[in-house]
Amino acid sequence: MNPVFECRHLSKNFPGKEALQDVNITLERGRIVGLLGPNGSGKSTLMKLANGLLCPTQGGIFIDGMAPGEETKKIVSYLPDKNYLNDWMSVRQLIRFFGDFYEDFQKEAAVEMIQRLGIPMQARLKTLSKGTKEKVQLILVMSRKAKLYLLDEPIGGVDPAARDYILHTIISNYSEDATVVISTHLISDVESILDEAIFIADGKILLHSPVDELREKNNMSVDAWFREVFKC
Amino acid sequence: MGWTFQPDRPIYSQLMEQIKRRIITGEYPPGEKMPSVRELAMEAAVNPNTMQKAFAQLEQEGLLHTQRTSGRFVTEDRERIMSIKEDLARNLAMDFLRSMQELGYSDSQTVTVLEAARLQAEKDTASGKEGV
Repeated sequence: MNPVFECRHLSKNFPGKEALQDVNITLERGRIVGLLGPNGSGKSTLMKLANGLLCPTQGGIFIDGMAPGEETKKIVSYLPDKNYLNDWMSVRQLIRFFGDFYEDFQKEAAVEMIQRLGIPMQARLKTLSKGTKEKVQLILVMSRKAKLYLLDEPIGGVDPAARDYILHTIISNYSEDATVVISTHLISDVESILDEAIFIADGKILLHSPVDELREKNNMSVDAWFREVFKC
Repeated sequence: MGWTFQPDRPIYSQLMEQIKRRIITGEYPPGEKMPSVRELAMEAAVNPNTMQKAFAQLEQEGLLHTQRTSGRFVTEDRERIMSIKEDLARNLAMDFLRSMQELGYSDSQTVTVLEAARLQAEKDTASGKEGV
């Protein structure tokens, strides 16, 4: 079986900047993986490449053995790092919109989560607070039965309670053989739900390791280790 | 009792310890069905794979066993649970002794301190009861 996500000698250059340099990553199914690195390290660039929003300068990126395209979009559920939904749409319209777009979208699951949070279905996205907007987006993304979830900074701008809710939503909704990649610089918040950590800095992969191994070897949390490695 | 994790050790081993404690205290009684991996993972806010690993190790140690169709159960072997309890007590005592040694107490002095603390605790509960 093909790995669900693979980068082979992947590089991406922007004018004046090598955003990713010779990145090699292989991810198995059924894992929750943290893509961890400081701001500007290349996390979002990698996510965009995986979704076909950017093209590699060199090397390749493969989702279930395929280059990003129409077929991979059916199996990848992507949460971009910014609000990409039409904010004049109501929650109900957005749910219908996702249902039209994605065969694997589970409308009932989305409606249930929205209702549990007490978000009115008729509310327009632009009338919601920043935190609630982020929750709505995550609910939409996690309500798909995807093989690969790519979540770019899902806990960026929310309060600690909302953060718990979001992490809870991620663990309870991903299907068992699906892989979830969470990019973030807020390591201590996600550490306990990760299987593996990938450290990225200046466009290079520094380390890819099971989280428990890292803690065992260094006798410190991944967060503490990160602070040491990336000390300013 | 909630789930808490120290930063300096693997999460699966801390899950094992905390599940053991719950078995010892009878929160998960002998012979009872355990919550599913996913349920418990959500409760502890950890990765289901990590919980799975903790469960697998506890199975290896004989504290849990799987029945193929009906799920995972706590062992009915009370002696086994008792011996785990004794192990835990011994470890706690050893840790305590070690900490006291670091403070410069000999082991016999530590016993005296412990005895004094026990008497104090007894008195506190007694006066506490009067208060009620």
